[in-house]
Amino acid sequence: MTSVRVLVGTRKGAFILTSDGSRKDWTIDGPHFGGWQVYHLAGSPADPNRIYAAPSIDWSGQVIQRSDDGGKTWTTVGNDFAYATPTTDHLDYDGTPRSWEFKRIWHLEPSRTDPDTVYAGAEDAALFVTKDGGQTWTELPALRQHPTGSMWQPGAGGLCLHTIILDAANPDRIFVAISAAGAFRSDDGGASWVAINKGLRSREIPDEDAEAGHCVHRLAQHPERPEVIYMQKHWDVMRTDDAGGQWREVSGNLPSDFGFPIAVHAHEPETIYVVPITSDMMHYPPEGKLRVYRSRTGGDEWEPLTTGLPQSHCYVNVLRDAMAVDTLDECGIYFGTTGGHVFCSPDGGDTWTAIVRDLPPVLSVEVQTLP
Amino acid sequence: MTEPDASGPERPTYRQVRVVLPAHLKMLANVTGEVRLPVPEPVTQDAVLTAVEQRYPMLLGTIRDRHTRKRRAFIRFYACEMDLSNEPSDAPLPEAVVRGVEPYIVLGAMAGG
Repeated sequence: MTSVRVLVGTRKGAFILTSDGSRKDWTIDGPHFGGWQVYHLAGSPADPNRIYAAPSIDWSGQVIQRSDDGGKTWTTVGNDFAYATPTTDHLDYDGTPRSWEFKRIWHLEPSRTDPDTVYAGAEDAALFVTKDGGQTWTELPALRQHPTGSMWQPGAGGLCLHTIILDAANPDRIFVAISAAGAFRSDDGGASWVAINKGLRSREIPDEDAEAGHCVHRLAQHPERPEVIYMQKHWDVMRTDDAGGQWREVSGNLPSDFGFPIAVHAHEPETIYVVPITSDMMHYPPEGKLRVYRSRTGGDEWEPLTTGLPQSHCYVNVLRDAMAVDTLDECGIYFGTTGGHVFCSPDGGDTWTAIVRDLPPVLSVEVQTLP
Repeated sequence: MTEPDASGPERPTYRQVRVVLPAHLKMLANVTGEVRLPVPEPVTQDAVLTAVEQRYPMLLGTIRDRHTRKRRAFIRFYACEMDLSNEPSDAPLPEAVVRGVEPYIVLGAMAGG
């Protein structure tokens, strides 16, 4: 029978939420790695019982955990994220040169076809790959060697590579996003990269339409429309119809176009979801109302989705990796909050219920649809 | 050290050293309480930590940098009511640690407020 498994990373451990296809009754398992901050967990599309997790803790740094049984048991695998080659410095917050230094893994992206291959996005911004199930990690250094690399500067959350999209149609194509450098695309498996930031305008940087320096918060792609990429930028919701050649703003009637996550409906490539946040200073929903906004037109025209969500005195945030969709016939949408809720909508966003409340602040949410 | 025998090089003498790990590393190593490890003489901080990493390879990189072997910034080393964090890592540890009377303590620096 079809079921779903929701992988939740929090400030103090990981949780695994499971339900059958009805998505009404949930089993909550955890915390795994209690006390460790788990920026991300991800399951392999090729082997759903293979799950990777990225716990870190300030005292001891980064470890990577792997489960081969759907999260029941875990094994510590490799954590040697050595930057491959000396490159020029990047810029620090104050604009002075700073050496590249590994701090943590923000995002894990397992291969669509090989359970042993996983890409990892790091802070300071770098892309790593393992092809042996996490035992060893190798940097793909061409990204940092991009001509703009020496000018990359951290955003408030650090100089982090937080989004990795392995193209659904072209196995050699990879999209990544970095705060605060922008979006980049490789068409040769990571051997070379182009900046894909044309059309972005960011008033936080001196040259509003610079080649790099944009604080991209999240990218999303639908597998049936691989040329279309949606972006939640620091401010502005954007889309490109040519794989990053040109972006255009689709914020439309959103009450605020600041936010972090963006997601695409599993079966409707033009249906997208964002969670508007008041501003870069006020990381909580406008008017204290937690609203997911849905566009069925690929942007520009948005409707608020509120049924089941707190509509007064709600001052949580929804972080960039904390929204996901399942692929059941009636697409489920999920998101977690910094207040420790994980919400589920089993009907494409029309109604919402809290699967769980009072977890530690939620950093990431991923969903596996299981046969 | 043991007496060298005729057939090979001198073999080190091992001492049983008690090591206390912080909670987050006990979880990672799947141990409870303190651990006892054979450590070759001379018993230094380097020798103890190498023994810890050999017994529990999942701790590689979590106490000290796996390449430079430098202590991670927020890890502290105590023994016999002394802070050894900034002492030379190749200096002999106190005799009480070598004899197993006192533990060698690895812990996370105080955090929070």
